[in-house]
Amino acid sequence: MTGLQPQPYALALGDDALVLAQRLGEWVARAPELEEDVALANIALDLLGQARTLLTYAGELEGAGRDEDALAYWRDDRDFRNVLLVELPGGDFAQTMARQLVFAAYQYELYDRLRAGADETLAAVAGKAVKEVHYHRDHATQWVLRLGDGTDESRRRMVAALDAVWPYADELFEPFDGAGVDPAGLREPWTAYVGSVLAEAGLAVPEPDGRRSGGRRGLHTEHLGYLLAEMQHLHRSHPGATW
Amino acid sequence: MREVVAAVQDPELPVVTIEQLGILRDVRVDDGGHVTVDITPTYSGCPAMDAIRADIESALAEYGIHSVDVLTVLAPAWTTDWITPDGRAALQDHGIAPPGPAAHGTVTALTLSVRCPHCGSPDTRELSRFGSTACKALWVCRSCQEPFDHMKAL
Repeated sequence: MTGLQPQPYALALGDDALVLAQRLGEWVARAPELEEDVALANIALDLLGQARTLLTYAGELEGAGRDEDALAYWRDDRDFRNVLLVELPGGDFAQTMARQLVFAAYQYELYDRLRAGADETLAAVAGKAVKEVHYHRDHATQWVLRLGDGTDESRRRMVAALDAVWPYADELFEPFDGAGVDPAGLREPWTAYVGSVLAEAGLAVPEPDGRRSGGRRGLHTEHLGYLLAEMQHLHRSHPGATW
Repeated sequence: MREVVAAVQDPELPVVTIEQLGILRDVRVDDGGHVTVDITPTYSGCPAMDAIRADIESALAEYGIHSVDVLTVLAPAWTTDWITPDGRAALQDHGIAPPGPAAHGTVTALTLSVRCPHCGSPDTRELSRFGSTACKALWVCRSCQEPFDHMKAL
């Protein structure tokens, strides 16, 4: 592994948070109950706040005059560096909760280490965000337990949801040149946490046939293009608009 | 100078000031009269930060000070432990149950019962872990049946 390169690293972490915030926002007014509309919007807002600081920082380090908005709204899918997991469509509520568990458990271990890291800005973002993500992880945990250990239907959906997201979990732990925290080192604590939740819910850890990756190199699924079209359309149609 | 800034109210919790909430971290005045204010967000995505920034600038402008920078600092991260005792009392008086002590490290402390801010009963339950703003959860009192906001320990 090479030394810390904060620019590509901040961009990748910022893109993860931004894209997942957009996905979670899609649930507003559609969640199974009002409380979940509010919960998912709150989680999305936390992630959006993290993304704003991370992308602002990535833009400053790049030194080309791009701010958070330029990075969020004026890049195309090949220039995004998020993992594929966060761009997957939300699916049903179980699939959204399966992804939340996988991602929040990863992000928690990541930020918990990054806050003690050498880069002051990244450490500050992580120190703030780790508390929020702890709450996100807890929220997802409660739902995975409830759905996995619930009715036949909720269990069937939870099993299918885990099968759907699991092929995308490996990418979280792939080597990343310039990372502030070695992704490989997160796998063990992540596995321990997620494994304990699944065990308590009476769910088996999926064993997917294949695994998918490429997001960190800009090779995305077709889903990201549609997500960006929706997210970027207004800003590109009315550049510089404020309200 | 600090008093002027410290009196600015939180836009989403207008019963407490930004100082009582622990959002105001520092006010500095240099020799040329330029004022620098440090504020810290409660949550990364707190949408009230822009309003707070504008409110600080207009409070200082009323005082005749127009050379102002309001900086957002992330570290050390805000904690509900910074809410002052009078801030907690103000929250309580306005129907928002104040937070208990925040967990140290990342281990969540045992949740003590949250007292109903309306009737004082400890017989309450959580309705939703997320509430009307990022910093609150929704609770309901079993004794008086009233729902209320509870500021989450962070």
